[in-house]
Amino acid sequence: MSERKAILQVKGLQTSFFTDDGVIPAVDNIDFSVHEGEVLGIVGESGCGKSVTSLSIMGLVPSPPGKITGGKILFGDKELTKLSDKEMRNVRGNDVAMIFQEPMTSLNPLFTIGNQLMEAILIHKKGWSKKQASARAVEMLTLVGLPRADELMKEYPHQLSGGMRQRVMIAMALVCDPKVLIADEPTTALDVTIQAQILALMKDLNERLNTAVLLITHDLGVVAETCERVVVMYAGQIVEEGPVQTIFKDPQHPYTKGLLQSVPDMRYKKQRLYSIPGNVPKPGSVNTGCRFAARCEFAFDKCLTQNPDLYQTATVHKTRCFLYEDQEVSTHDRTLVES
Amino acid sequence: MLHYIGRRLLQLIPVLLGMTFVVFMIIRAIPGDPAQVILGQQATKEAIEALRAKLGLDNPWYVQYFDYLGGLLKGDLGESLRTTTPVSEEIWPYLAATFELSLFAVLIAVIVGVNAGIISAWFQNSWFDYTAMILALVGVSMPIFWLGLMMQYIFGIELGILPTTGREEVRNPIDSMTNLYVLDTILQGRFDQLGIVLKHLVLPGLALATIPMAIIARMTRSSMLDVMRSDYVRTARAKGQKMFWVVYKHALKNAIIPVLTIIGLQMGLLLGGAILTESIFAWPGVGRYIYEAINFRDYPVIQSGILVVAFIFVMINLFIDILYSLIDPRIKYD
Ligand SMILES: Nc1ncnc2c1ncn2[C@@H]1O[C@H](COP(=O)(O)OP(=O)(O)OP(=O)(O)O)[C@@H](O)[C@H]1O
Ligand SMILES: [Mg+2]
Repeated sequence: MSERKAILQVKGLQTSFFTDDGVIPAVDNIDFSVHEGEVLGIVGESGCGKSVTSLSIMGLVPSPPGKITGGKILFGDKELTKLSDKEMRNVRGNDVAMIFQEPMTSLNPLFTIGNQLMEAILIHKKGWSKKQASARAVEMLTLVGLPRADELMKEYPHQLSGGMRQRVMIAMALVCDPKVLIADEPTTALDVTIQAQILALMKDLNERLNTAVLLITHDLGVVAETCERVVVMYAGQIVEEGPVQTIFKDPQHPYTKGLLQSVPDMRYKKQRLYSIPGNVPKPGSVNTGCRFAARCEFAFDKCLTQNPDLYQTATVHKTRCFLYEDQEVSTHDRTLVES
Repeated sequence: MLHYIGRRLLQLIPVLLGMTFVVFMIIRAIPGDPAQVILGQQATKEAIEALRAKLGLDNPWYVQYFDYLGGLLKGDLGESLRTTTPVSEEIWPYLAATFELSLFAVLIAVIVGVNAGIISAWFQNSWFDYTAMILALVGVSMPIFWLGLMMQYIFGIELGILPTTGREEVRNPIDSMTNLYVLDTILQGRFDQLGIVLKHLVLPGLALATIPMAIIARMTRSSMLDVMRSDYVRTARAKGQKMFWVVYKHALKNAIIPVLTIIGLQMGLLLGGAILTESIFAWPGVGRYIYEAINFRDYPVIQSGILVVAFIFVMINLFIDILYSLIDPRIKYD
């Protein structure tokens, strides 16, 4: 896994919203990479900055009020935050594609499925005929497991179920063979059986097409089933990062531990599900100390006054918690890992 | 769809019937007597009585009303008391003149209004947005007769660049076939005259277009602002689509639906405004036709003229309802 090349690197990304109530640092200095062909999960509670992170990568942060205020996003040798409008349009849908949480409203209700799919193709495939585009669209619809692809081309979104629409969205995102697919809570709005099908489809396409997937979710169950690595976010920061097995077996950050305890586990019939006491602080409201300190049962003095770094606790495991400060592997190892 | 249109047309019958009744009663409530107007102040009582009897005005109102309805059922709009020509013949040139003026005004109002609204929403809070919305605010609150007179004064009298009255030059009359002068001059290849006709359309057209244009611009802007925040617009951008197409393809088609409703309603006001505009600019349209008929107490002309205008208005709205279903596949009639 670690020998795979990083194709998308987010370095020190900061995205803030400049509102009347002040500046909201929704994403505050985060680093992570997506490697070729992997499925990387980003988990965290609502409002921790997952969507803002993905919109930053796509260059689609609503602006005003939002703005990328620092850091780099590297796709290959392209620095996405520095690209012109036109260059960025060539990246969207072509190099990096995205699907959204709401399949019910993410397709334009007034255009046929065929029209919207072919549009996605013809934007990037200059010189393709409509016929070629249509054939490609049908092929993609079939690939994502939709029956009667030919007829579907002429149908409108309201004639399809939520699950079917999300399959159409996936087909549309993958139609130009992007290197990275960002899926922002692609299954949250669907019911459980459909959720499982869509996740299985994404996993399958990831393996068949070798498209890297950045899967954003607040559901650790989804991560366990689909991802190889996971990044845990809290209040705009990354608090833990590592391979899925490691994080599930040996979670280090108290927040991750809390999250894991709140996942329903079918094997044990616990009477009550654990929930982390308190609420996520609003971004920007905690300026000193660890952002999780107020909800943390292990918090001590230092946590309230100093902001912990993301400590490298193993070659592939990082944690932002003072409890692991002394377990940091040597800087020598760290440079090895990062290079 | 045909079913739906048929049903809508059936529903029109009671509406138009009610309207004929109201108009019939109102015009008889206006003081004054057609026979008196026709014969003049010096006429004797006997002569007036004789003419009233001849015109059927001595019958009780309900007899007159059912006579009129009976005629309508046979497609007879009645005869003008003044000219004794059938209204259905007489009204055409006037109707065509109004149609040409209104169509011109509607095209300006829709094209300018919709685009101003789109650009204002696209570049929200830009100088364009502020300027356009201030102008639109001024536009909606502009009294049409004042605007008309000011335009006549500035462009007609002060600058002298545009004609202020009528549809054509007296010295250079148009040899009309359809009474739609733009169409006539194009068909005849008389492009010199086409220029004259268009010049005559500018001032009354703009006066008539101002209010609907302002309302359409404001409505389009707010509708576009809503739509621009929607998920499918974000999807279109995520595909890498150019902003121009995101706006004019994905957003506009959705945003135009509520604007269409407004356009339909504006058509009624536009037809009303046409009467005012036609009298300011001496436009020989149906507004003027009815206005003059009122002065002459020409009952059949007033009644049928208003009926025809009302019929056009409801047909336009039916057309807009059909347009909805063409734009939005989720709207299915029947
Ligand atoms: N348009 C906006 N204007 C102002 N602040 C915003 C805007 N969008 C997001 N934010 C801020 O950014 C923070 C992170 O939002 P984001 O949508 O990334 O959360 P999320 O992790 O995706 O949550 P969810 O699980 O609910 O989707 C929010 O708490 C909010 O304060
Ligand atoms: Mg989100």
